[in-house]
Order: sequence, then C-alpha cells, then structure tokens
Amino acid sequence: MKGTEAFQELLPLIKDDEPVVHANGFICRESFALKDRKANFYMIGSMGLASSIGLGVALCKPEKKVIIIDGDGNVLMALGTLAMIAAEAPENLFHVVIDNEVYESTGSQRSLSGKVQLEEIAKSSGYKNVFRVEKKEDVKPQFLRLKELPGPNFLLIKVEPCFDHSTGRVTHTPEEITERFMEAVG
Amino acid sequence: MPSLTSQSFIKRLIQEDYKFFTGVPCSLLSGLIYELEDQQEARYIPAVREDAAVGLCTGAYLAGARPVMLMQNSGLGYSLNAFTSLNLIYHIPMLVIMSWRGKDGKDAPEHIIMGDIDKQLLQTAGMEYSLLNEGNCDSVLQKAKKKIGEEKLPYTLIVEKGLFDERH
Repeated sequence: MKGTEAFQELLPLIKDDEPVVHANGFICRESFALKDRKANFYMIGSMGLASSIGLGVALCKPEKKVIIIDGDGNVLMALGTLAMIAAEAPENLFHVVIDNEVYESTGSQRSLSGKVQLEEIAKSSGYKNVFRVEKKEDVKPQFLRLKELPGPNFLLIKVEPCFDHSTGRVTHTPEEITERFMEAVG
Repeated sequence: MPSLTSQSFIKRLIQEDYKFFTGVPCSLLSGLIYELEDQQEARYIPAVREDAAVGLCTGAYLAGARPVMLMQNSGLGYSLNAFTSLNLIYHIPMLVIMSWRGKDGKDAPEHIIMGDIDKQLLQTAGMEYSLLNEGNCDSVLQKAKKKIGEEKLPYTLIVEKGLFDERH
C-alpha cells in the first residue's frame, strides 16, 4: 500500500472536532493535500515532537479522542515519549504511525524501522492495544477498532515509500495553525 | 525563614493559574518538584528529555492549559530546536523554570560552559528571561504574564543555587 492510500483510508474516519497532531515531513503534506481541517495541527519542524504534543492535548482534553499521525523517523527520534504516553496512559490517545522505513522527505535515506519493530516497543512500553497492518483492506477496520477501545492505543501501518514530491506544502502560517487548532479544539 | 520557599513559590504559581507542570529534574529544583507532587490542584508529569517536555507543554497550551516546564540549564541544548522551530514561530507560550548550574565557573566540569553561555543562548534566540530572587517574585511573574498572555511567547525564570531548598 502507498502512503497516500493509507491516508485515503484513514482521513474519512476522523470526525471534524477530533484533534489530530501530525508529524513533520510528508505526513503533514499528505494529510493537508487530501483533507485540510481546522482541528489538524501541522508541524513544519520539531521532528519527534508530534507524540509529546499529542500527549499534552490528550491530558488536557480527556473528553476528546486525540489522534497522533506520526512517522517512523519521528517515533525513533522520540522513543522515550512512548514511555511517557504509556506511563500517563490517557485513554483518549490514539497513536497512528505511517511506517515507510525511510526518511522520505529528505531523499529516502533508510530509517531503522526496517529492522526494529516499533509496535513491539509500543507494546512493551505499556500501550493498551497495539496492531500492525500491512494490507490496505485492514486499515479501516483496525483503525476504527482501536479508535473505540480505551487507550493509549498504537496502530502501525506499513507503507511503500512513494511520496509524490509535487504534493504541496502546508500553506497556513504557523500562527494560523495554532489559532485554528485552538478554536477547533475549544 | 526565607520569604520565598519552594512551597510559597509553587502556591504562587498555582494562584497565577499555572497548573500543568512537566520537566526533567535538577537538584536545584528538587524542592519545587517535590512540592508539586503534593499538590491537588496541579499536576507534574515527569518528562524523559527536555524537548519532550517542550512538546508536552505545547500540547497542553493548545488544549487550554498554562504550562510550566522545569529543567536544568543543560537541557537548554536539547530544547532549543523545539523553541526555535515550534514555540517561537507558532506563538505557543510557556513558563520555563531553568536552574543555573555552572555559575561563575564554580561547579562540576560538565556545567561550566553551559553555565557561562546559557543566558547568551536565550538572548540570541530572542527568548526573554529574568533571574528570580527572594525579592522580585511579583515583578518577574508580572513580566512572564505579559510575555505569555499578550505576546504568546515563552518566558524563562532562572534559578540560582540556594534560592530553593534541595531535597536529596
């Protein structure tokens, strides 16, 4: 499955008022190009921090399901944050990782996730429910299932590295991203 | 009895509506962190690294809280990219309480260089700070409130050795 296809499966399953924190790089660009939403927080830098930002939102908005859409490079940069999420254990946190095994937006240099199973790290850290999907047809049912179960939950989606570099960049300014997100999240 | 104690300072921060705390410990801040752990109205979340603490504070702010991060000045290196590529450009404020190890070159070797350059690093990044002392608590918190509330930027309070009790 291509990264774009994973997003095409996922995005329609997210409700308008559900906060989604996106990792930088192609994760942001792909999601922005397919379906821009006010409750999307797009990171243009600060690699590795989508997970801790998502944790902060989840702890302060326990009534909302908070989704983090992360990448393998981002997760590897902040493995310690998996422990923070597991230790605080917010039931409303859902961590989705699009794993293409490369740093695609910088030229597809290999990451370590071809050799290290990130979902096993999440599981042993203490995430409540952890799934790994490799087929496109499994994305929808597993995403919906994990979204409903009390978390913190972790869904790893293996994808092929085939990001279309003509995909635009996020056009909102960083300040606009902050304002819209805060307004949408309330 | 000193007028500013770990207990009185934490109470004061809670009065100012700072109720979400995270950070990485420093012995100079140990009294503050133990006080925080005892509070009903505030929560302290241990962070694994200073940049993760900045991320956590960012999320808390986006969800309506007034976050505070505690760290040793050694953590400034880890968190500087988060401040420059996230908080300063997205206008996401937080209160930073940073201990000053390596003051006047009198400390363990690993603290000497950072103790000398940390204020310059903050200045270069355009991040305002104040040196907290026994007598200026009200005025520096006022400055922080302005920076955080109006300009929506981080503000740092620097804590020297001996200002708060150490519990270790």
